[in-house]
Amino acid sequence: MLLAGAAFLACAVEMVEALTIVLAVALTRGWHAVRYGIAAALATLAAVVALLGPALTLLPLSTLRVIVGFLLLAFGLQWLRKAILRSAGYLPLHDEAKIFEREVAETRAHAAARGSMDWYAFTLSFKGVFLEGLEVAFIVVTFGAAHDDFALMIAAAAAALIVVTVVGVIVHKPLSRVPENTMKFGVGLMLTTFGTFWGAEGAGATWPAGDAAILVILVGYTAVAFGLVAWLRGRLPRAEWALGEAA
Amino acid sequence: MRHLRRFGAFWWDFVIGDDWRLALGGGIALAATGFFANRGAAAWWITPLVVVALLVGTLARAKPPAR
Repeated sequence: MLLAGAAFLACAVEMVEALTIVLAVALTRGWHAVRYGIAAALATLAAVVALLGPALTLLPLSTLRVIVGFLLLAFGLQWLRKAILRSAGYLPLHDEAKIFEREVAETRAHAAARGSMDWYAFTLSFKGVFLEGLEVAFIVVTFGAAHDDFALMIAAAAAALIVVTVVGVIVHKPLSRVPENTMKFGVGLMLTTFGTFWGAEGAGATWPAGDAAILVILVGYTAVAFGLVAWLRGRLPRAEWALGEAA
Repeated sequence: MRHLRRFGAFWWDFVIGDDWRLALGGGIALAATGFFANRGAAAWWITPLVVVALLVGTLARAKPPAR
């Protein structure tokens, strides 16, 4: 359940970012080419998952868990580092409304499309969906392979896709009210936790409490992360700290 | 050649990110865990300990924003 929740959250965060790019392009230049861009990106991503997923399961489980554990550690620590720096006020918070405005301005700056296909809009929407989706594919493949349950991970990703798409269609603007920074913080913690658990287990270690160790690691990392946020805030001048709180 | 370099840069950024020490440290932690675990020692604590040390190290290097 925790695993599916982690996959759902991670996928939702990436899809919110892809939605911002897609909406910015579509509302500025029309949906025609954007629809093709999204379809092409989703087909490419499906091919990546279909090729990598079965290929990974050919490896012995312990080897697979070391590889997946290492990748999740590298990936999760990156997310967690950025999330802690954002929470402490060292990096600006991720703001979908601002990103949307910037994308719209950049898209408008390019000449209007001629002919039946707007390749600029196609490329932007393809890149947005593919690059954000690659992280989703990475999580689905690694979690699915290490836990030997691709169906559950694909279901979690599909649920995230449906929720974000439905909400996006309803509000028809970037999902700036989604607590994206908090979600990223949680996802960074969970990726690092699963990376630690699977990586160490695959390397030969035996966790004292079995699977229950996952929760203990998660709680421990969460406490450390909050402690680090407080420590970093303490290093900021007073005015900066207040600014981080207000954001 | 330029495309190959861009392709490599993309994957480097995707997996390794802003601080390569995090990925290197994670790899060393798992290798050390494997080394001690395969000699019969309780090695489960090594990776979490190294992860915490890596986080403290990378964040200690972070500079407050200049305004």
